Amino acid sequence: MKIAGNTFGSKYHVDEKGFYGRFGGAYIPEMLYPNVEELQRNYLAILREPGFQEEFDQLLRDYVGRPSPLYFAKRLSEKYKAKIYLKREDLNHTGAHKVNNTIGQILLAKRLGKTRIIAETGAGQHGVATATVCALMGLECVVYMGSIDIKRQAPNVARMKMLGATVVPATSGSQTLKDACNEAIRDWINNPVNTHYILGTAAGPHPYPDMVTRFQSVISEEIKKQLLEKTGRENPDYVMACIGGGSNAAGAYYHFLDEPGVKLIAIEAGGKGVHSGHSAATTQLGKLGIIHASKTLLMQTEDGQITEPYSISAGLDYPGIGPLHAHLYETGRATFLNATDDEALAAAYELTRLEGIIPALESSHALAKLGQVAFKPDDVVVVCLSGRGDKDMETYIRNLPGNTGDNV
Amino acid sequence: MSNRIDQLFAGKRKGVLNIYCTAGFPELNDTLPVMKALQQYGTDIIELGMPFSDPLADGPVIQDSSTRAISNGMSLRVLFEQLKNFREDIHVPVLLMGYLNPVLLYGIENFCKKCAEVGVDGVILPDLPMDEYESEYRPVFEKYGLHLVFLVTPETSEERIRKIDSVSKGFIYAVSSSSTTGTDKDMGHQQAYFERLEALQLKNPVLIGFGIKDKATFDAATVHSNGGVIGTAFIRALEKATNLDSAIQQFIAGVK
Repeated sequence: MKIAGNTFGSKYHVDEKGFYGRFGGAYIPEMLYPNVEELQRNYLAILREPGFQEEFDQLLRDYVGRPSPLYFAKRLSEKYKAKIYLKREDLNHTGAHKVNNTIGQILLAKRLGKTRIIAETGAGQHGVATATVCALMGLECVVYMGSIDIKRQAPNVARMKMLGATVVPATSGSQTLKDACNEAIRDWINNPVNTHYILGTAAGPHPYPDMVTRFQSVISEEIKKQLLEKTGRENPDYVMACIGGGSNAAGAYYHFLDEPGVKLIAIEAGGKGVHSGHSAATTQLGKLGIIHASKTLLMQTEDGQITEPYSISAGLDYPGIGPLHAHLYETGRATFLNATDDEALAAAYELTRLEGIIPALESSHALAKLGQVAFKPDDVVVVCLSGRGDKDMETYIRNLPGNTGDNV
Repeated sequence: MSNRIDQLFAGKRKGVLNIYCTAGFPELNDTLPVMKALQQYGTDIIELGMPFSDPLADGPVIQDSSTRAISNGMSLRVLFEQLKNFREDIHVPVLLMGYLNPVLLYGIENFCKKCAEVGVDGVILPDLPMDEYESEYRPVFEKYGLHLVFLVTPETSEERIRKIDSVSKGFIYAVSSSSTTGTDKDMGHQQAYFERLEALQLKNPVLIGFGIKDKATFDAATVHSNGGVIGTAFIRALEKATNLDSAIQQFIAGVK
């Protein structure tokens, strides 16, 4: 029982009350209490039901195409003078790691007898992954997406519609991921009985951070097996991942959290520079606060209003961070770096030319910091390549070095 | 019995009218004029919204009013400044309603102290979990004589309603449908729920919130309760108002 293992008592896992250190919890209005309490009460028991893990594994294998390859990136390794492996989540069905979680949650929703699914999405990857599993299971699907994101991620909007989902624009606030989340939560308040909210990141009220992390933990479970086959050792020296809310990082770290020899590196979106006023680097700019019912680090004004973040990548454009990651930051278990828009773009072009892989803008943030870690030549470095770049082609073409705007 | 909320319910058991308005809306310095007009035209309780950027339990009308109040410059510091001498004019009970994040950042003890200083009687913080209130904050609220009002919904179990009743002070805020404010659901469908609440014979008075907009819905809501709370409909009336005082007079005349 991998995803349902008992981890209580570990320093880096959630405690019985839903906290990671001083972060986490469920700061929900009473209208959400029955929904969230139902999940809290049932999620581990359902994950432990005979057949749940089996069905989850079977769908991940036959439908998603797992295990995703662990690819030794030879030319990238030569450039950065370390043994760099890419965990190819970009090769999953729907193009990102998000589907690991939506498969898990749709199986859970069915066992809870839910008939309607809602979700929020930023870059559209989680929305597509949710619309996909809803089509697969024949369930109604409503996806909330910020109006600004709807414009900058048009291909994913089209995919969701083709898959039968209703895409509802979130027009309040900054009109990005946090506002999509607000609207999804309001929908859930108005539809308390038949609806399950498939939250896409390791944030939100307990048990979402733990539940999403468990479903994503297949990433690090596979890394261990694949590394053993390829290098004779289970544990890398470094695991690097980008962080918005933090679901791909949570999955990539999970089975290494209690392995102190594995250095965990988290890369946030620096936007136009951490102190430019246009950034989403939460650990650098945030203070303790509550966002989407979770106590965590949060970008906010001195009056406690949530700040509108900025990143070129819609998937990292979030003013908070999952409570697990706030805890990893505070305890020093993970090292937090950030990459600017320009650094992420440069890393995307570099990976494309060196390895023939076009990464998602989100994943490019992780790649962008390969040059800033002092690797030893024998160090084994795993970078979680969380998604593919198809959805970002318009941005990549527009920003191509030397592009004058012609021939586009 | 020094708390004004308790005094009110000691003398009035039926048809208590609580009106919500967002502090600093429509303009920054409208807070006190709106409160004065509310009192003058017969509001029993004033619920003053502390604007928050991400009000999860509210609908779009109240969120928009909060966004406008924030851009007007409203904050907890400004609000307490505005409320400094409000008890010279306002005698009805006043509650502050808002979300936990700005209050946490201000500091719970600091916040309670300020409330007591200016003469606020109670607080509604929908995203403050009851367990955390009991284990961490209750002594602070009680030290400053502040009542914390909790919510119940049609989905809340009897066991939990009884627990909420034992922790809540002042009154209980019964959400009339499991919905964010401003959502139009048929009040008639809620009558069974109101009757169920009445039959529980709770120690706290019960005010029905969410979905009341006029005399008919107010009367329907208060058959089986001690009164009702109006928020969204009042904010809509303020949005359209050319003269705040006459708009408020007209609005309350349309309810009572």
